[in-house]
This record gives sequence, structure tokens and C-alpha cells, in this order.
Amino acid sequence: MRLVKAKIVSNKKVAAGRFKIRLAAPSISKAAEPGQFVMVKCSDGLDPLLRRPFSFHRIERGFFELLYQVIGRGTAALSERKKGERLDVIGPLGNGFDALSAKRYPLNAILVAGGIGVAPLLALAERLAHSVERIAFSIFIGARNKEHLLCEKDFKKLGARLYVAAEDGSKGYKGLVTDLLKKELYAKRSTLNAKVYACGPRDMLKAVADIARLKHFPCEVSLEEKMACGIGACLGCAVKTLIGHKMVCKDGPVFNAGDIIW
Amino acid sequence: MVRPKTKRRETDLSVKIGRIKMKNPVMVASGTFGYGKEYEGLMDISRLGAIVTKTITNDPRSGNPPPRVVETPFGMLNSIGLENDGVDAFIEEKLPYLRKLGIPVIVSIGGEEIRDFARLAKRLNRVSGVAGLEINISCPNIRDQRRKTRSRRLFSQDKNLTFKIVKSVRRATGLTIITKLTPNVTDVAEIARAAQDGGSDALSLVNTYMGMALDISTRKPLLGNVAGGLSGPAIKPLALKAVWDVYNHVSIPIIGMGGIVEINDVLEFLICGATAVALGTTNFVYPNKSIEIIDGLKYYIKSNKLKSLKPLIGSLKT
Repeated sequence: MRLVKAKIVSNKKVAAGRFKIRLAAPSISKAAEPGQFVMVKCSDGLDPLLRRPFSFHRIERGFFELLYQVIGRGTAALSERKKGERLDVIGPLGNGFDALSAKRYPLNAILVAGGIGVAPLLALAERLAHSVERIAFSIFIGARNKEHLLCEKDFKKLGARLYVAAEDGSKGYKGLVTDLLKKELYAKRSTLNAKVYACGPRDMLKAVADIARLKHFPCEVSLEEKMACGIGACLGCAVKTLIGHKMVCKDGPVFNAGDIIW
Repeated sequence: MVRPKTKRRETDLSVKIGRIKMKNPVMVASGTFGYGKEYEGLMDISRLGAIVTKTITNDPRSGNPPPRVVETPFGMLNSIGLENDGVDAFIEEKLPYLRKLGIPVIVSIGGEEIRDFARLAKRLNRVSGVAGLEINISCPNIRDQRRKTRSRRLFSQDKNLTFKIVKSVRRATGLTIITKLTPNVTDVAEIARAAQDGGSDALSLVNTYMGMALDISTRKPLLGNVAGGLSGPAIKPLALKAVWDVYNHVSIPIIGMGGIVEINDVLEFLICGATAVALGTTNFVYPNKSIEIIDGLKYYIKSNKLKSLKPLIGSLKT
């Protein structure tokens, strides 16, 4: 965990209201794991005051990228930051996906993304592609409409099998990505060594967790909660689990789906 | 023979709160600094004047339902609800690390019954590494705000209860006692005097201001417990007023807090009567800010040719 003033290499709009920012921060990217996050001071002033959490979207030597959606004043301020400026960043924080325990086995990785929840799954997919020898990828991406379906090309490049769902039917399956997931998984009689990784809105994650449980697949979910500190000091980002309150920032943001009380 | 010139005087930022000697007046406020370890690697914790822990209670508390924090203009609301693992776990798991820091450790204690405080004081009296206790009788988040009935008052909204609790702790321990007060009262000086009369060595001013935030589209509160405590730069003018109001009515030192972000904020609190200060919400945003402020205060003393910060305390010209 470090506090650095990372140089903004680029900060570009990738879709309506969606941006990708690339930062030069060798000390952070070196230690970063997929599923971990950074706390970003989006603007220099005192309003908006608090840092905002963002999961790593892409981790490279010397650099990392964040994919974000403009939701409120923090992300709006971030979207206005210019190339060459320095961004105050703390990271890497939290516990990421368990990407390495699968290393020795053939793995059938099923990634499920809802909306901007696709952000950390690309970092995970890139790590899995490079570290797991025998791997089969399926990635399910869902969004409201086709404009908000992100990163399709990036996943294709990794050789992933792509399934897309748009709620308005403008592309792929018409409906929720979880319905598409259910349909595809039940079409196959058995899927060996499958593991589900998901990130997206809470209702979607709950549905994914239910599907994984019925199929007896292990399932990891990346949760989101309002945070003040990001380092386990304020106890603001509590989530209910089978063993009491856990902090999304320190105990997560990635949890075993079965531990969460939805 | 050339004699060495008289050694340049080291800047003296030291202050005394009760029997606690601090090398500088900059502390971190309870609930904003965990148990210290959380900030390891982000700053040099051992340079702080003192550390005040997250409030601990006799028994573990699971805290309030999420969401627990929400940002508001120039500040934030929280309703954590004193989540902690209880005093035994604190002594076993958190205190060993704090002890090693080499700075005064002030343990914040909380409870729902009057007797809880003396019980905690007795328990902490017996362990090494605790320099003082901060009596938290001002947390706005230990009641269920979802009920529409009139909520019970906080202990520190009642001068008799304040006196009673402080006195019970005073009887139970020889440790330095700091009483943290709520500003959500008509006359904070009256409560402050009650704490002083009960035997408190110092006062922490202020705890958070009660507030709310909501979503007009759903008509739901943004905090799981409906209301919470407001902190951050938004409350600084209010906190300064509370410190000034109390300063003229007590003889014990005041630790000023509420929205401190820069060194000038610290100086303002000192001028209003604070002997020491604590950073709170700022720790979340700029973890190293307390250390930067300590360096800033050293520079301030030097460049203003002062011996210490003492001449500033309560020096408001009215």
C-alpha cells in the first residue's frame, strides 16, 4: 500500500459516460493483483472531499488503468482530469480474486460482468490467461444497451468465448445477463472445474451466486460499497456475511459468494 | 580557541494533557484512525503527539446496518455504531502494536450503561501501554434512529449523567481522563464544567454534529440508521465556536477538533482556546496530513520567533 502522485498518461472517453484512465505508477502496479483497488482523490479541493475506490482494470509493468462510469461529482471531476496532471492515489488495497490457486489445474473460468462491473474482470482475465496453463474462458457481459457493453474486443483477444446480453435487445441476448448465464450453463450437461467470477450490481451478483450454488461451482464476487478511507480504519463499508460484518475495503472487495448474506 | 556558537534552540511543540506528555499537540481523533496499524506504510505514526483509538466497549458490537457513510458538501455523515471486538480482543490483538509505537496511546471507551465506563476503566488500568482514556459519551450512533419515537438522549447531553460517568471513571483509574463531548446541546460549557467537576483532566471538543441525508427519488435516508454524525471541513466554524464557548468556563485543557485540514485550522483552534488538536475525517483523505501539519507548526514557531505555541492558546482578541 502506497500513496503516490501518479502521472496521468491518458484519460479517454470509451463510451457515453464511460472513461478509461491510464496512470504511471510503478510501485503500485508492481504489487497490484486483479480484484484489488485504489483510492483516488479525484479533485484537489475539499469538495467532493472523500477519495473514490476503483478496481484495477488493467495491470501492466509501470502502469495501470481504471475503467469508470461518471455517476456523481467525484467521477465527474475525474473525467475532467487531463493528461500530464498528477493524480493522488493510494493502493493497491484489499483482497483480489483468487486467481492463482487454479494454476495447477485445468480451469473453466466463467466471468460474469454487469455494466461497469466489467472493469476488474479484464485484469483477472489477463492474469488467468498468462498464469493458468490449461484454461477455457467464458465471459458473460451484460448492460442496459449495446452502447454500454464494454471490453468485448479485449476479451476476444484473450481467446475468451463471449456471451453478451443487452436488456433492450440492441445486441446479443435480449434480457438480463444472469438469464443468459443460466440458459447457457443449463444447456451443458456438465462443466468440469468451473469457477465463476462476477462483478456488477448487487442484484445481479445475488442471482449469479444463486446460479453458482445450484451448479455447485465455486464463485467469487467483487462487491461495491460507499467508502471513506479504503484501508479498514473507518468501518464504513460493512457488508453482512455469515460470520458477521466484514469490510469491503479490507476483507474484500472480493468475497466468496457463499459467505455473503444477500 | 573558537567556541561553538550557542546551540540553536530546538523548537518546542510539547504539551501536557493531564499527566500525558506529548511531543507535539497533533493527535488523531477516535474512530478515524482505527487502531493505528491501518495507517502503517502511509505515514510515520510514531511522530504523532498521541493516538486516540477507535472506541472500544466491554463486549463486541457489530455496529449499524449499512450504508454507514455518505459524503455531504465539504464533509461526510457516518453511522458506524461503535463496531468493535470488545475490550479483551483489543488488549490481546490491538494493544501490542500500539505499545510499540512509542507515543501516548489514549483508549476511547464507550458504553450504553453508566456502569460500563468504570468497568472498562478498571480493565484498562491493569494493562501496560495505555496512557489515558477518552470517555466517549457523545457518539450519536449508538441508538436505533429508525424508530419514530423520541430517541433517548446522549449521556453528554445531560450534565448530571456526564458528571456521574466521569466521576465513576475517576474513581476507577489513575490514568489521564479526557471526556469527549457532543456539540448537540444548548450550552456546551455547562456540560464541560460537569465533566471538569467529575474529575476529567481534559476535554475533547467536538464529536460529530447529528445530521441526515436522503434520496428524494426513493424518499429513503442515505444511511442505514437514518441519521448520523457530520464531520469534516463543513463543521469547522461550529467546532471553533464550541471550543471558544468552553475555553472561558473551564480550567482544564481542551483538545480541539472538527474539520482540521491545514495548519491554519490548527492555529485557529489554538487561538480559540485549544491546547492540542486532533485530525479526524482528514485522515481518510490525506493520511499523512497530521505529519505535514507537525512540520508546518515547527516552521511557524521558527519563522514567528516563538518559543512555543503556548502564547497562542486562547489568544483570541475580542
